[in-house]
Amino acid sequence: MRKMSGPTQWLCGAFALALSLTVAGCTPAPAPPAGGATPAATSGTDAPKADGAPTDPAMMEGAKPEEGAASAAPAGGTTIVLDGSSTVYPISQAVAEAFKETNADVEITVGLSGTGGGMKKFILGEIDICDASRAIKTAEKEECAAKGIEFLELQVAIDGLSVVVHPENNWVDCITIAELKKIWEKGSTVTKWNEVNPAWPAEPIALFGADTDSGTFEYFTEVVNGKAKESRTEYTASANDNELVTGVSDNKYAMGYFGYGYYVENKDRLKALSIKKDDAAECIAPTAETIETGTYAPMARPLFIYVNKAALKRPEVAKFVEFYLSEAGQEMVSERKFVRMPAAKWQEMKDALASALK
Amino acid sequence: MAQSAPNPAPAFGSSSLRKSASWLRAKEMLIRGVLFCCALVSVITTLTIIFVLLYESILPFPGHSPFFAEVSVRDFLLDTKWTPQYADKHFGIMPLVCGTAWVTFISGCVGLPLGLVSAIYMSEYAGPRRRSVLKPVLELLAGIPTIVYGYFGLFFVTPYVLRPILHGGLGFTVGGANALAGGIVVGLMIMPLVASLSEDVLRAVPKSLREAGYALGATKFDVSVKIVVPSALSGILASFLLALSRGVGETMAVTLCAGNLPQLTANPLIPIQTMTTFIVNMMKGDAVVGSIEYKSLYAVALVLFTVTLTMNYISQLILQRYREVYQ
Amino acid sequence: MSTPHDAYARSLRRRHLQAAAFGWVCSLATWFSVIILAVLLIAVTYRSVGWISWDFLTRFDSYRPQKAGIFAGLMGSFWLIGLTALFCVPVGVGAAIYLEEYAKPNWLTRVIQLNVSNLAGIPSIVFGMLGFTAFVRMFGLAQQQYILWLGFTHVKFTVPFGRSVISGALTLTLLSLPVVIIASQEALRSVPPSIRHAAYALGATKWQTIRAQVLPAALPGILTGVILALSRALGETAPLAVLGAATYITFAPGKKGLLQAPFDPFTAMPLQIYNWVDEIDRKFQNVAAAGIVVLLVALLLMNGSAIYIRHHFQKKIRW
Repeated sequence: MRKMSGPTQWLCGAFALALSLTVAGCTPAPAPPAGGATPAATSGTDAPKADGAPTDPAMMEGAKPEEGAASAAPAGGTTIVLDGSSTVYPISQAVAEAFKETNADVEITVGLSGTGGGMKKFILGEIDICDASRAIKTAEKEECAAKGIEFLELQVAIDGLSVVVHPENNWVDCITIAELKKIWEKGSTVTKWNEVNPAWPAEPIALFGADTDSGTFEYFTEVVNGKAKESRTEYTASANDNELVTGVSDNKYAMGYFGYGYYVENKDRLKALSIKKDDAAECIAPTAETIETGTYAPMARPLFIYVNKAALKRPEVAKFVEFYLSEAGQEMVSERKFVRMPAAKWQEMKDALASALK
Repeated sequence: MAQSAPNPAPAFGSSSLRKSASWLRAKEMLIRGVLFCCALVSVITTLTIIFVLLYESILPFPGHSPFFAEVSVRDFLLDTKWTPQYADKHFGIMPLVCGTAWVTFISGCVGLPLGLVSAIYMSEYAGPRRRSVLKPVLELLAGIPTIVYGYFGLFFVTPYVLRPILHGGLGFTVGGANALAGGIVVGLMIMPLVASLSEDVLRAVPKSLREAGYALGATKFDVSVKIVVPSALSGILASFLLALSRGVGETMAVTLCAGNLPQLTANPLIPIQTMTTFIVNMMKGDAVVGSIEYKSLYAVALVLFTVTLTMNYISQLILQRYREVYQ
Repeated sequence: MSTPHDAYARSLRRRHLQAAAFGWVCSLATWFSVIILAVLLIAVTYRSVGWISWDFLTRFDSYRPQKAGIFAGLMGSFWLIGLTALFCVPVGVGAAIYLEEYAKPNWLTRVIQLNVSNLAGIPSIVFGMLGFTAFVRMFGLAQQQYILWLGFTHVKFTVPFGRSVISGALTLTLLSLPVVIIASQEALRSVPPSIRHAAYALGATKWQTIRAQVLPAALPGILTGVILALSRALGETAPLAVLGAATYITFAPGKKGLLQAPFDPFTAMPLQIYNWVDEIDRKFQNVAAAGIVVLLVALLLMNGSAIYIRHHFQKKIRW
């Protein structure tokens, strides 16, 4: 039996060692708040500094502008931290991946907390770049100003929505926003096609739509129902767009909406409806061209990234954002089934970035 | 032993002995204290869980308004709509409870009988060799991560089992994600749990009872079903309860294959949302800290916690009583 | 004309038939579980064929299914489980020793014991919410960066821990603790009291007895329990999804120094599988299957080592 006490002793010893190491590491600091470790005044120093009062990294940047460039690096070091809209996520992820191929030493994380969640973190200085499927709100701008966060707004792509039906649907090619609203508005009682338009068949409509988590849902409801996130609730919502595609292509009397990219992927199984803004307007079919030129209004929207200007001073962040707007970066936009912005807009964004980098 | 002991006072001076004894005593006390703290960690965990859940949902601290200050308990329990992400927010937990109930019910229909019958087989019928094959298989089944079951349900059970039978054969519309698939895979998941818990319970029934049965000319069926199972009934019920509480709390399998759409429905072939699915989907998405949606997460978790804890507790009590009967 | 004897014979035959039928049903149901396991494994493996390769193991995630790899998840899971073991084993075994060797049968002990067994049944997602509130956000504490000087290197970390490995590991620790405690208790209970008595008779103190006699004897059982608990933690998805581990990440924890690893952002194998299942491109279903196979192999290795330990040590110990 005695032989076996060896490993146990070793184990105990190892734990004791680990514990004492941690304690020893902590003690030299005069232990300001929690835990005995010292707040990092600057990330440049490698010895502990006891004088730094605990401050928000973002606020510190305002106080010490010279050191700010390094210390305000929210999540620290050479890691570029992106978060925000789930709509923009696929683009940012692909760009990050492509960027990584030529810049192996830069580390990138991309999260998807939604535009609102991303903005919240952006304001707190926790992230370098916020993906957004809408422009920043006035309230968010004010909060940024209050926290001393300066940002650069860059459009990176265009997102088109498509309203789709079964390919055998022969009664509707073009639909007005008013008709869509009748179907999708909150508390809508429409259950059959002919309740929208008497010329259409008296068959029940099967409705499919984006998940309530998604930017697509937010955007569609805003455009069609006039208020974001206000929608009828009796329809099949799914975050998995494959399921929506399958749902619509399985049922002759189905209707659904999702991002333009998924329609393009499944053109053979779906029929996209042209959209008529109001009675005076023309029917516009969703194509890359109509979306790019903005004639497919209002069903196309710009997608943005918001870059923390303090973070932009870090060379790797600057390089990443430049890459995002370069040809190689913009290729990812079409690769991920979004629509690229028109050349003039693109140039405008490049200029904006160049002047910010000066 | 003597070598590793730190107090081999060779000269039996009484003072040195006392000194080393008191040092030893202090060390013993210290160790006891440290170990006690370790044991306390689990209690602290429970208390923290309770505090965290209550803080966001019920406790009104200054400068903080909990969930139930913004949504009345009445609405929470009786409203039939759950739309935290719409502009027009409703927080009626019924659709989520309905989803959870569907999944739990279906999983019970699948997992409980299968598990019980397997337990009977292993404790009454199977010889040691078969048991030595079956036991590890059940352990393996129980050890497979739930996300694998979710994958299995989404990409196998629904398209290759449910669709051909229910859609092709009977003409029902089957959603790509549906409560039935979720219930079935959760049922398969809880089956090994029921089997191993119930088997323990069945084996605890004294041999004398079985032998008495055989002596009276009973068949194996009679002994199993009319003697062993009834005498182990309370223990079996406890294992059922424990398994069902696992079904209530199951998350990933359900998230993947039962959908994400809160509906108060009597149709198990369409997507639903359970309490657990709601939490996962909301947390990985757009829940801004401090918003009402965020607080609703804790309210739902509180309900989930209360339900599973109650089920567990009752089942523990029953099992304890059961063990006392047969010991 | 039937005599009572005939009726009895008929009823006897019926009863035997019934017994045989029941036996069949039982065995069918039981072997059904074997079939399910086989179908599950075959279905998943079949879908992963052609997608598992050395590249898959060593590459980071990608938006192109052909280029997606599980390396970040593999390393993330490795660090998670390693740290979980580091936290979980001392506390869990300590608690078990207290409950088995020291605790007096009073109300406090009963409360602790009851609490442990009930905690084991709490849904993992509730632990996820606990972890999110207590470790990721620390009840809404303002975020600050700290530098910890260890004499030879420094470690940068933030408090609250944010979405880092350590938050995940602490959450999984709390989740696995009850399982470890219960398994260790059983192992300690199986050590015969005579061993303890012999040690006491030789003048050993309680702790000396435990450390030198009881623990070594119970070690195989404890190790088995610990490994099984950790393998369960390895497959846990829900709590990590709730913690909000990074979705796309181009590096594995520990790249900037091993001691920095606990404070790095991470992803884990089950999380990656979950994300792949949700991807639009159907080829990701195969990638997910490949991920599952890797996860299952990792689990198998862990369980296998548990079984090996059980066998290896059981042979050595003779009372």
